Amino acid sequence: MSDKKVATSPDDRTVIGITFGNSNSSVAHTVDDKAEVIANEDGDRQIPTILSYVDGEEYYGQQAKNFLVRNPKNTAAYFRDFLGKDFKSIDPTHNHASAHPEDANGAVTFTVKDKEGEDAEPSKLSVDEVAARFFRRLVGSASDYLGKKITSAVITVPTNFSDKQKSALIAAATAADVEVLQLISEPVAAALAYDARPDTEVKDKIVVVADLGGTRSDVTVLASRSGMYTVLATAHDYEFHGAALDKVLMDHFAKEFLKKNPKSDPRENARSLAKLKLESESTKKALSIGANASFSVESLADGIDFASTINRLRYEMIARGVFEGITRLVSSVIKKAGLDVLDIDEVILSGGTSHTPRIASNLAAVFPESTAIQSPSTSATAVNPSELQARGAALQASLIEMYEAEDIDQSTHAAVTTVPHITNAIGVVSRSPSGEDVFIPIVQPETAVPTRRTVFVPAPKDGGDVLVRIVEGNTHIKVTQPAPKAAAANGGSRAAKVEDADDSDADESDSEEEEDDDEEKREKVWKIGATVAEAAIRGVKKGGKVEVTINVNADLSVIVTTREVGGKGGVRGVISA
Amino acid sequence: MISTLTIPALPEGWAAEKDFKPIGKITKDHATQRTIEPVGPHFLAHARRARHKRTFSEDDRIQAQERAKKVEENDESDISEPEDPMLLARDAKDWKNQDHYKVLGLSKFRYKATEEQIKRAHRKKVLRHHPDKRAATGKTEDDSFFKCIQKATEVLLDPVTRRQFDSVDEEAEVEPPTKKQLTKGNFYKLWGNVFKAEARFSKTHPVPLFGDNKSSKEDVEAFYNFWYNFDSWRTFEYLDEDVPDDNENRDQKRHTERKNANARKKKKVEDNARLRKLLDDCSAGDERIKRFRQEANAAKNKKRLEREAAEKKAADDAAAKKAADEAAAKEAEEKAKVDREAGKKAKEAAKTAVKKNKRVLRGSVKDANYFVAGDASAATIDAVLGDVELVQAKVDPEEIAALAAKLNGLKVADEIKAVWKEEVGRLVAAGKVKEAEIKALN
Repeated sequence: MSDKKVATSPDDRTVIGITFGNSNSSVAHTVDDKAEVIANEDGDRQIPTILSYVDGEEYYGQQAKNFLVRNPKNTAAYFRDFLGKDFKSIDPTHNHASAHPEDANGAVTFTVKDKEGEDAEPSKLSVDEVAARFFRRLVGSASDYLGKKITSAVITVPTNFSDKQKSALIAAATAADVEVLQLISEPVAAALAYDARPDTEVKDKIVVVADLGGTRSDVTVLASRSGMYTVLATAHDYEFHGAALDKVLMDHFAKEFLKKNPKSDPRENARSLAKLKLESESTKKALSIGANASFSVESLADGIDFASTINRLRYEMIARGVFEGITRLVSSVIKKAGLDVLDIDEVILSGGTSHTPRIASNLAAVFPESTAIQSPSTSATAVNPSELQARGAALQASLIEMYEAEDIDQSTHAAVTTVPHITNAIGVVSRSPSGEDVFIPIVQPETAVPTRRTVFVPAPKDGGDVLVRIVEGNTHIKVTQPAPKAAAANGGSRAAKVEDADDSDADESDSEEEEDDDEEKREKVWKIGATVAEAAIRGVKKGGKVEVTINVNADLSVIVTTREVGGKGGVRGVISA
Repeated sequence: MISTLTIPALPEGWAAEKDFKPIGKITKDHATQRTIEPVGPHFLAHARRARHKRTFSEDDRIQAQERAKKVEENDESDISEPEDPMLLARDAKDWKNQDHYKVLGLSKFRYKATEEQIKRAHRKKVLRHHPDKRAATGKTEDDSFFKCIQKATEVLLDPVTRRQFDSVDEEAEVEPPTKKQLTKGNFYKLWGNVFKAEARFSKTHPVPLFGDNKSSKEDVEAFYNFWYNFDSWRTFEYLDEDVPDDNENRDQKRHTERKNANARKKKKVEDNARLRKLLDDCSAGDERIKRFRQEANAAKNKKRLEREAAEKKAADDAAAKKAADEAAAKEAEEKAKVDREAGKKAKEAAKTAVKKNKRVLRGSVKDANYFVAGDASAATIDAVLGDVELVQAKVDPEEIAALAAKLNGLKVADEIKAVWKEEVGRLVAAGKVKEAEIKALN
């Protein structure tokens, strides 16, 4: 992937997983196959991606973030997304309250005073240099924690990172003396962090990973097929994110402050604004944990102290627009993937903003009950969403640390990763007690080939000869209309319902049509398609079971092996591609 | 759900070759080439299969084999040494003098034994020598060896005490080779083992290897530099005299402590001296150092010789040049002399030739009887000879020679006259002689 690498032989490696985010970064390592996020010197596990220079002294993380109030000019923040980009194509919105990005022949630079002395010349630092310095601090604190020098890392990147951005990131890490073993995409790292938990069985499932960060939200639909992930659709949003929630709280408290002190608006003074933002963010975090949170800033504006409280209900009301935006974003990606909410087996909430309980409950309302929503407020076993990606990266790092760099490059080469995926499900036809043919899927759609799956289907009670019919299958959503009378009653009471829909159920307010759907019964049904092959198993014992194994080769030819469980021989046949 | 569903019974009359009937094909859609995310253990398995072109069952088999091998290796590394009856009879009170590794059956590994191995060895020994077990098998309830095991584990599992023990573990020492051993010629192997054993005390790792006679100069220098500046963690606390821990005699306690500290210091100094001597001995016999020195000398000599050769060559060249110059000058001089002489001779020859030719010319007119019939008058002779003289004076020696050649041999007067006439005509035409001047030969 990159031209120059700090190659380290597999034996001398000390590996970590790094999540280098636009707002926060974290670092994880593995202990006995379990990933653990490393705390830095300040005890932070989420380290703000900020560098600040005061009197030639470099600060990073939370300390640097606190300098946003007193020393914004020499503080570089939110620079991850600028890596490998032209000045023309960057969005500097979030850098308003810190060092501003500047144009240097198209490259993005920050001008900060990073040397000691009153009259020291401010230096122009390219964004690559800033990232390299930040990496050095990040890796340095991890090295201190582990007591060993970190040599190599797996780093997560958003799915829409271009090759240029990726190589800029690798260059920055290399400049910080870290060998980049692999770049993995953030949603996959999150999914891996869940699937790598002990006693998680490998299932075929469709997963939605909603990565809700500080300055952007990325939603990805993944097909997880026997532990291999394929991205089906992605969406990126730069409107509904953590900073938008901060903004809502900032406005709320600023208005409250104005009510008491009509003359001074804290939003008109840069320092007051920075204080307001910092406190709003911690209030937001407090609201994710408790039902009430306090907000207090000393000398918010014109030397006036300000203290207030807010409860969660109020917060959810004022931030409704953002929450709904996130829900809409998730729904739109599922549509983009050509799927229905019923197809989704799991929703993983990742990123700091995912701590917000309302976002999870809104999503739970959209999806059927069978869909597992993995977030701290909906599932007791959920992993801390802020740590997911770093954990996933650390797990991947521990998996590949014993391989030579060349081996890794070869294994991640497009020739290995790009493979055909089957379009329709392949399954076996069985009979329900009422005599209907029912499709039992063996290989799910969107499964990468080559693949191998096995199912066990009981034979009829009396045994005897049985027919194994291998068919293709499709799903469709069966909508059962409610009785007309119920519909009329519903129509009459709609007006009343809309009024109190405010904070009861975001799903309902999505659209009028959705509301009607509430009463409908929607279910996913398998439809039997074309027959692919038939096979016979003769003389199955009473109460016996039939094992059907399907092997789809890389050229889409299929090998069907079927036999009675515990029986000898069996039938094996090949369906040419 | 599957439990209520069953596989349908075979319809009547269904038959196929080998009970299998392919009917359709699975839907192929080339648009569904997608990229798998290269992440996770299952992808690794996929990549392994794809790169080695294995099928699922082949891969399963190979993986199973590899796993099986690992288990075997683990078993092999398990500790099973025969127990020395002398060891079993040891008194636990004398733990300071026991060989902890031997007690646990790890004498093969010693300082190389991992913590895991020690734990495993301890467990194994405990299972065999636990007092309860001994009692059960009817032996005496003597748990002294069990205590030895416990003490050995206690010492070896604590990194501090383990280092103290390793520092004085004589069994791990490798004696420097004697002269007699070295005469057999495996110098590098014998000394290499010595330093490998000494390297266990190093605070910095990796320790440079001793190498062999092919090692580069840098490697050898790095080796000796490292060892002459060796930073050792070796301590001699283990050999301390027991400090009385009763509070009664504080002076005695302090005295012992001081004695111990001094002894440690002394031993440490001795150890450093020992290592230094080891290195001196080794480097004294190291052929590589000699060779490098020779090579360095040879390089220096080579430079000097080259310089001298160059100087000599320059001197030679100068002398040769001088000689050549001299020879050339001499030659030129001689040549000039010869030329001068030759010129003189030629001039004389030419003079004689001219004289001879003139004689021929004169003779020719005489032969032609001065172009008159009968005896020629003196005036005629004078006129003719005057013309001949004139012609001779007007033409250069080559023309005289040519004329002489034409005239030579001619006896008939007319022919001679014709030649003369021609010559005179030519001269007149050339404007060398005026017609009037010629009196007879026209």
